[in-house]
Amino acid sequence: MAHALRRPSVLPGFNLALGFTLVYISMIVLVPLAAVVVKTTALTLSQFWDTVTSPRVMASYRLTFGASLIAALLNTVFGLALAWVLERYEFAGKRVVDALVDLPFALPTAVAGIALTAIYAGNGWIGQFLEPLGVKVAYTPVGVLIALVFIGLPFVVRTVQPVLHDFEAELEEAAATLGANRWHVFVRVILPALAPALLTGFTLAFARAVGEYGSVIFIAGNVPMVSEITPLIIVTKLEQFDYAGATAVASVMLLVSFALILAINGLQSWNRRRYTRTH
Amino acid sequence: MESQTLYPHPLSAPVTGGERPQSAARRVTSPTTESALVRRVLIGVALGYFAALVLVPLVAVFVEALKKGFEFYVESLREPDALEAIRLTLTMALIAVPVNLVFGVAAAWAIAKFEFRGKSLLVSFIDLPFAVSPVIAGLVYVLMFGLQGWLGPWLAAHGIKIIFALPGLALATLFVTVPYIARELIPLMEAQGTDEEEAALVLGASGWQTFFRVTLPNIKWALVYGAILCNARAMGEFGAVSVVSGHIRGATNTMPLHVEILYNEYNFAAAFAVASLLALLAIVTLVLKSVVERRAHGAHAR
Repeated sequence: MAHALRRPSVLPGFNLALGFTLVYISMIVLVPLAAVVVKTTALTLSQFWDTVTSPRVMASYRLTFGASLIAALLNTVFGLALAWVLERYEFAGKRVVDALVDLPFALPTAVAGIALTAIYAGNGWIGQFLEPLGVKVAYTPVGVLIALVFIGLPFVVRTVQPVLHDFEAELEEAAATLGANRWHVFVRVILPALAPALLTGFTLAFARAVGEYGSVIFIAGNVPMVSEITPLIIVTKLEQFDYAGATAVASVMLLVSFALILAINGLQSWNRRRYTRTH
Repeated sequence: MESQTLYPHPLSAPVTGGERPQSAARRVTSPTTESALVRRVLIGVALGYFAALVLVPLVAVFVEALKKGFEFYVESLREPDALEAIRLTLTMALIAVPVNLVFGVAAAWAIAKFEFRGKSLLVSFIDLPFAVSPVIAGLVYVLMFGLQGWLGPWLAAHGIKIIFALPGLALATLFVTVPYIARELIPLMEAQGTDEEEAALVLGASGWQTFFRVTLPNIKWALVYGAILCNARAMGEFGAVSVVSGHIRGATNTMPLHVEILYNEYNFAAAFAVASLLALLAIVTLVLKSVVERRAHGAHAR
C-alpha cells in the first residue's frame, strides 16, 4: 500500500519514520486544531456571524491586521537597510549586531513586552523624548505597533541577507558600465532580484505579528475598541468561560493562518527557484 | 569575516569601507558601491532602528532588574515561587527538547530521504505552529481536556488533571515547538541526499548502523542548532502556556508567567529580575547559535 504511494528506495525505516511523524503531528497539532472546528459548529451560523463581527471584535481585527501590516512594511524597509549594511559595509560591532538581530526570536515575548513598556512609557528612556512631541506610545495602538515591529524585525533581514551575499557583482558592474548610476542599479538590478526574499520576509513578519500575544499585552493597555488585539479577545472570552465565543474568533484567526502558511510556502518555493536560477 | 573582499575586481575599489588610503586627496567612488555619505547615513539609520528596538530594551531589562540593588535582585530569584517557576521552566525544556529531537529526526528521515505523495502537505502541517497564534495553541487543549471539553468530564471522573496542571503546560509547549528541529533537519538532509546511506547499506550495514554511523554524524550540528532554538522557545513560551496554566503560584507558573504576575502586582524590580534570567538565556542561546553556525560552516567547508 505504502509502496504504491511512494517511489521505491533501498533505504529502510520509511514506514516507521512516517508512521511516527503522522501519529505525533496528529496528536499534538491536527486533532487539537480539529477541536476548534468541531466546537465552532456548536454555534448556529447567525450566532457565529454575530460573534465574529461584533463591534469589539471588529475593532480588534482592524488593530491586529492594521498594525501587523504597518509593522511588516516598516520591517521590510528597515530590514533591507539592516541586511544591506550588515552584508556590504564594515563598522565597529558588526558581528555583535549581526548576532543580536535574532534576539526577538530568542527573547521570551513577556520579557520583550515589559522591557518595551518600560522604555516607551511616558517616563521611560525613549518615551520621555517622544511625549513632548505629542507621541504617546505605551498603552496606545502605537505601543502595539512597536511590539509587533520588535518581534518581526529578524524576518526580512534573515531572508534578504543570503540573497544579497550571493548576489553577482558582474550584474552591478555591467549596469554601471552601461551608464546606470548607483540608484538606478539599486532600483533596476538589485531590488528586482531581492523581491522574492523581501516578499517572503514581509509575509513571515506579518504572519508572526497577527498571532502575537505576549509582547503586546503589556504595552497595549488593552482598552476595548482601542488597543485590544484579537488574541487577547480570545483569552478574555476564555476567562469568562465563553468557550463558544473564544472558539469562533479563534477559527477566524486560524483561517487567516492557513492562508498565510500557503502563501509563505508558495513564496518560498518562488524564492528558491529564483535564487537557484541565477547560479 | 566573509565579506571582506566580496567583489575582487580590478575595476572596483574595496567595497567594504573603513580603511581607505588617507593620502588620496580625492576619493574615487567605485561604480559598484555608494558614496561615503550614503554609506554613513544608511549605517546610522539601520543601527538607530536596531538600537531603539533591540539594544535599548535588552539593556533596560538588566538596569530595571538591579534598580533596587543586588541583594533585592538575588532575593527575588531565591524566593520559593521564583524557584518553583525556574524548576517548571526547566522541566518544560527537558520534555520539549528530547521529544522534538526524536520527532524532528523521524520527520526529516521520512520527508528528506523518500519521495511520497502528500509530502508538501505534511511539511505544511509541521510549519503550522509557526503561523498559529500561541493563544490558539493553548485554547485547543482547553477545548479537548478542559471541563467543558471533549474529554474533560471523563478525565475529571478519573481524577486526571491536564488543564491547569503540568501535562497541559507540556502539551502547549510541544505544540509551539513542533517545527523547530524538523525544519532545521529537512533542508540539510535533502541536500545531503541518500548516496552515503546507500553505500553503507550496500557494504552490509544494518538500518540503525547506517543511521548512527552515517546519517547522525552528518546532521549533528543541525540537530544541536535546532535543539538550541527549541530550548529557547520551550523556556520562553508565554501565550500558549498562559491559557492552559490557570496561573497557580508556585504550582503551574513558568518563569514568563511568574514575570507577568510580579509585573501586574507592580513589583517591577522583581519582575525584571526574573526577566533578566530569561534575557540571559536568550543571550546564551544567540552565542551558542553563532558558535554552532561557525562550526557547521567549518565542517561543511572541509
